[in-house]
Parts: sequence; C-alpha cells; structure tokens
Amino acid sequence: MAAAQDTAGLTGGGPATARPPMNRLGPAGWMKANLFNTWYNSVLTVLIVTVLFLTVKPALVWAFSAADWSPITSNLKLFLAGQYPLDQMWRVGVSVLIFSTVFGVAWGVWGGVARNFALLIAIGLGALAFAPLSLDDLGLQARVWIIANPVAVVLGHQIHRTPLAASRWVIIWALASFVLVLAVLRGVPGVPWLPEVPTGAWGGLLLTFLLALVGIVASFPLGVLLALGRRSNLPVLKGLCVLFIELVRGVPLVSLLFMTQVIVPLFLPEDLRLDRVLRALFAITLFSSAYMAENIRGGLQSVPQGQVEAARALGLGGAHTMLFIVLPQALRAVIPAIVGQFISLFKDTSLVVTVGLLDVLGIGKSIVLGNVEWVGSQREVYIFIALLFWVFTYSMSYASRKLESALGVGKR
Amino acid sequence: MRWLSFHGIPLWRDVRVLRAAVQIVSAVLAVTIVVFFIDNLFSAADKRGLAMGFGFLSEEAGFPIGESVLAYEEADSFQYAFLAGVVNTLKAALLGIVLATVLGIVVGVARLSNNWLVGKIAGVYVEFFRNIPLLVQLFFWYFGVFLLLPKVRDSIQWPGPVYLNNRGIFFPWGEPSSSFVPWLIVVAGGFVLALAVRAYLARYQDRSGRTAYPNLAALATLILVAAIGCIAVGQSPLSREVPVLGTFNFQGGAHLSPEFMALLVGLVIYTAAFIAEIVRAGIQSVPRGQVEAAKALGLGDMEILVTVVFPQALPVIIPPMISQYLNLTKNSSLAAAIAYPDLFSIGKIMINQAGRAVPVFMLIMAAYLSMSLVYAVIGNLYNRHVRFSRR
Repeated sequence: MAAAQDTAGLTGGGPATARPPMNRLGPAGWMKANLFNTWYNSVLTVLIVTVLFLTVKPALVWAFSAADWSPITSNLKLFLAGQYPLDQMWRVGVSVLIFSTVFGVAWGVWGGVARNFALLIAIGLGALAFAPLSLDDLGLQARVWIIANPVAVVLGHQIHRTPLAASRWVIIWALASFVLVLAVLRGVPGVPWLPEVPTGAWGGLLLTFLLALVGIVASFPLGVLLALGRRSNLPVLKGLCVLFIELVRGVPLVSLLFMTQVIVPLFLPEDLRLDRVLRALFAITLFSSAYMAENIRGGLQSVPQGQVEAARALGLGGAHTMLFIVLPQALRAVIPAIVGQFISLFKDTSLVVTVGLLDVLGIGKSIVLGNVEWVGSQREVYIFIALLFWVFTYSMSYASRKLESALGVGKR
Repeated sequence: MRWLSFHGIPLWRDVRVLRAAVQIVSAVLAVTIVVFFIDNLFSAADKRGLAMGFGFLSEEAGFPIGESVLAYEEADSFQYAFLAGVVNTLKAALLGIVLATVLGIVVGVARLSNNWLVGKIAGVYVEFFRNIPLLVQLFFWYFGVFLLLPKVRDSIQWPGPVYLNNRGIFFPWGEPSSSFVPWLIVVAGGFVLALAVRAYLARYQDRSGRTAYPNLAALATLILVAAIGCIAVGQSPLSREVPVLGTFNFQGGAHLSPEFMALLVGLVIYTAAFIAEIVRAGIQSVPRGQVEAAKALGLGDMEILVTVVFPQALPVIIPPMISQYLNLTKNSSLAAAIAYPDLFSIGKIMINQAGRAVPVFMLIMAAYLSMSLVYAVIGNLYNRHVRFSRR
C-alpha cells in the first residue's frame, strides 16, 4: 500500500504530460449511450424501470410503514450476545472496544482499506449510539459503550505515531488482541472479576464471530499441512491426505456437524465429554481445511519448478525452500480463493442452527418461535439477519479485492 | 555411534530412513486413531446396547413422509423409506440444477450487457444473494414467504387454474391416458426422423454453402410428427387434470409443497449467483478479437454470443459449473431445516426410529459420497473430451 502511494507521488512531481481529453457526454448523451443505444435496449430499459417501480415502491412502503421491526429492536442484546449473562455484558463491550482500537491502529499504519473500515466502524457505531430507538430497547449505558468505539478508533489512529505501531507489529497486535478478547469473554480462572462464562451461554453475533474466527485461524494451517501432504511423494502420507480431503469434500457440512454432535460422542470414552460449541467448531474446521487444502494446492502448483531448483542451488534445505521460497509465492497467488473460503466459512457458521446452537440465525428463529406476538414478523427477522450477514461478507470480499490489487496478484 | 550410520551418513539424516520413518509414523497414527474410535464404539455398543449391523433395514419403517415421488406408506421398509429420501433429494437437485443453470446464464450474460441498467441489476443480484448464507435465505423463503401465503379458502389465483396458498402451488397437469404409450412410440419414430432430416440438411448446407436451417427443420419435423400422432391415436394421450377446490384442499392436477418450493427457490437463486460469475468469467476469457472478427463478418449480437463466444467459453465454464452442481446437491441437505423430506432428514428420522445411529449415518455418507463420485466422473470425462478435441 505504501509503495503504491510513493509511485503516485513520483508521477505527480514528474514532467507534465497531457491528459487524454475528457469524454464529456452530459446526462442526456450518457443515457443515449448506455440505456437507449439500440431499439431493444430502449425496450429493455423502459420495461425494467417499470418493473423496478412496481416492486421497489411497495417494498419500501412495506419496510417503512407496515413492517413490524419490534422483534429486532427489543432483542438487540440477544442478537449481539445471546444468553451471555447481563451483568457480564461489559466484557462484550470491552471486546468490541479492543477490536475498534486495533482497526484504528491499522488505519494509522496502513491507510487505504483499513481506513475505510475504521471509518465505517466509527461512523456506523456512532450513528447507532444516537439511533432513534426507545431507551428500553437501547439503554443509556449501552449507548455510552457504543459511543466509546469511535473514540477508540481515533485513539488507535493516534497511537500509530508512537514506535509501538510499526507496520509489522499490527498483525501481532491483532493476534494478541484476539487472544486477549477470548480470555476476557471466556474468563480467566483465578481472577475473581472475570468469572468463567461457559461457551454454552454464548450466542448471537458473538457465537457467529467465535465460530468464524477460530475456524479461520485453525483451518488455515491445517489446510497448508494437508496441501503439502497431498503434494508429498511419500505414498502413505499422500494417500491419507487425499483420502481425508476427498471424504470431507464429498459430504455436506450439516452431516459433519451432525456427526460431531451425535456420532462422535459414541466413539469417545464415556468420561470424555466435549463442549457442544467446541464440537461444532471441530466440524467447521475439518470441513474448511479440506477446501483450504485444495485452494492452496492450486497455489503450490502455480510456483514454477525453477524456483525450487534455484533454492536448492543456493543450498537451502527442504524445509527452508518450502517456508521461504515456495509457500509465500503459492499463498499470494491464491489470496482471492482463500478469502473466498473464509467468506463461505463465515456463511457456513449459520448451519450450527441445525444442531441447536444459538448463533445469530438461531437467536432469530427462537425469538420468532418463542413469542406469539412476533410469529407474524418472521419476514422482518430474516431480512434483518440476511442484511447483517451481508454487511460482513461483503466487507470481506471488498477487502480481498483491495488486498489483491495492493499485492499485484496476476500482474507481477 | 558408528553403528547408527550407513556409508557414513547418520541414520537421522539419511533420506531413505527419514522417508520410511515419516510414512510409518503417519500410518501408525492413522491406524491408532481408527482403532481407538472403533474400540470405543464397540465398548459403548456393549454397555449401552447400541445395535450395529444393517439387518434392520428390511423391518417396517412405521413413520410417515411428508411427500414422496415414490409411492410410500408407513408399512414399507426402512430401506424403501431411505430410497424415497434419495429420490426426493434427486428431484430437488435435478430441477434445481436445470433452473439455476438457466437463471445463472441469463444473469451472467446480463452482467456484461451494454445496457447500463441491466448490467447493474445483474451485478447487484450476484453481490447480494451470493453473500447471504443459504440457510438464512431458505428460512426467509419458507417461513417468511411460502408459509405466510393466504389459506386454502383465499388462494391467490393466477391467470388460468393455478392456485397459490400456504399449502403450496396447485396447477393443471397431464395424466397419461390409455393412448399414451402408442403416442410415445410415434414420437420416438418422429425423433429418429428428425435426426435424419437434420443430418441431411446439415450435409446439404456444408456442401452447397446455402443456409438450410437443419436444427429448425428437425424441430419442426418432431413437432409435426407428434401432432399427427396425437390425432392418429384417436384419444388425446394426456388428459388435462385441473385442480378443483374440495372440502379441505385442492384435488387433481399437480401440487408442489411449500417446503419443496422454498428449497427449490432458495437453491436456484443462491446457486445462480455463483453460476452467473462463472459464465461471466468464461465469456471474458474469450479473446476480444474473436468478437471483433465475428462483427467484421457481419454477425448479429445474439449470433456472436451463441455461435462464437459460447463454444469457446465452454471449456472454461463447464468444470467450475460441475462443482457448483455438486455444491447444489450437497446444499439440498439443508432441506432438513425446513421440513422437506430429503435423504438427510429421512436419515435423521431413521436414527431416531431405529436407534441405529452409526449404520444409518454410514448410509447417509455413502449416498452423498456416491453422488460426489458421479459428478467427479462426469467432470473427468468432460476434461478428457476437451483435451482431445482441442486443436
């Protein structure tokens, strides 16, 4: 990112070159060129505008007048954290603040995409704090917690001037804050003001993020190992990896979730009982790592054999060649595929509903089914959940596109 | 330490020894894990009375299935119930694949349209539906749309005898009558005739260089023969059955349940977003010069797309498309969450009814794995075909 800005600065100071003439069409000309250039395009345009008017207008009227959004506005806490104890909610607040700060630091150090995300968080949460909801739905205390986030973003942005926030440190800060957040949310044994909150009480967005983040962090290295195993020339190791990858990719995730919830307990000794969230996490990680392995294998295949030979000629051993020569090039080549896999993992976390966990979708479903007066508002609840997921997945794919162009994938 | 070396190379640095060691260790590890699980399973089976074996499959199932393509009754066996589930899965998957392909191609082509509005709408469609979890979409369609339709008495009537209510959609359907089989034979004859006409006209076109419309002529032949056959067999081969409102529900005609509709609509809309991206990438992979050359030859837009761009884009499009078809088939297992009796939800019921978790689960896995295998075989056949036919 920094390099791109430098080159831009250089060309700005260079000799003046004539810019190509701007092609100014004006609104009428633009419409003629892009909407009415042929007779069938004109027909198509008129038809689409009519259909849009006939569908979008009633939809907007419904959303702003007829729709009953109260199942969402009166259950904001459930959507955020599920059954997390009410008197411990400050820990969720602290966790969000930590993430806001990290985004602020990333903004300061990297700028670009990180700035867009930091500003999105700051403005979005700032607006939420003053949302026109009643104080019963969004209490004063909650609003104070929310309004602290824009402040945290700005503070994080200021930290970057200090030596604490060199570029390579940001990743380490992010990982450290992830561990810190897990400790805060889960509780630390022996610390009286951080009593343990069992994962069974986690729910809503909190559970969705826990499943997605831990799944991503765990499935990536596993996927790398599986891909290397599949490319290995040791027949037994290769056979085992191929068997695992193909078996897992051949079945749906719901069946794996079902397996870890119902079947695996039968296979384990009776005294070994694993937590339900952990078991779901296990299934998601296995499933995702098999797909990750296939993506990474594609990257490994794209690294020219000459790179390996050159590394050998320089006297690097097998492990060093892999770590410093092959893997960096392989991973860079498949960044879009890997992020795509992260996105589908994030979407797949919603499948834990089928085994009775209460993630965002599970909370929505139980709210609708649990209260008679909200049974008619299912549509609103699912639209809200869909938009919630969309905001996060679209942000991820946006970040991936920017990262791709910043790293020059497919150009160098 | 001398004895620990071979030709002066210590054992722990000898490549051959290391290779063997890594393989033995990984094999032992894998076998240990499997043995550990199986041993636990059998000890659990002894202690808790978990029954193994597949003998129960021929016993009476005794549970109802909401809907089934195969005629199924509670007195039928477990294996037949499972088969009914497999057929239900195939019904949703095959119909979904056809519809998703059509919608995906339309959206993918629309995304590249030179009409700004069309391109933008297709783009919004893709970015919106592809980024929302399928299960959320299924819940929306099932609980938020199809179950909230009016009751049977206040059905929405579409033009013609098509009724939409919270028990699904009811529409007219042809029931085969006694003359159906003779008519089918006539149509088969017409099909052969049409192929002959097409081959003859195609040859004529190749030789003379004059346009002879072989495909159009073949289609006309088939329709003509089918129409003549329809009159020749006397009675109409298909009797039209129209849904009629009975005391509690519509009778006659065909019926699609809200569960099936929600599953189908969800799968089609979700998968079509991915297929649209594949189609777009395929079309963009065709060199620009091909389109320009076709334009220079005076071909129209549609003709360029169908005869120049698509044939060259297919080798890029088909392999990822097949993996989308596999995804759609696997995703149909989410039917269990909206009460459509596919093979996964029937498997779950069987586990509860028969109490044999492990054998039933193995059946489910085997069913999905064999479907994946079929897709893999199709994909490999296609790749081989492309490799040999490409010049």
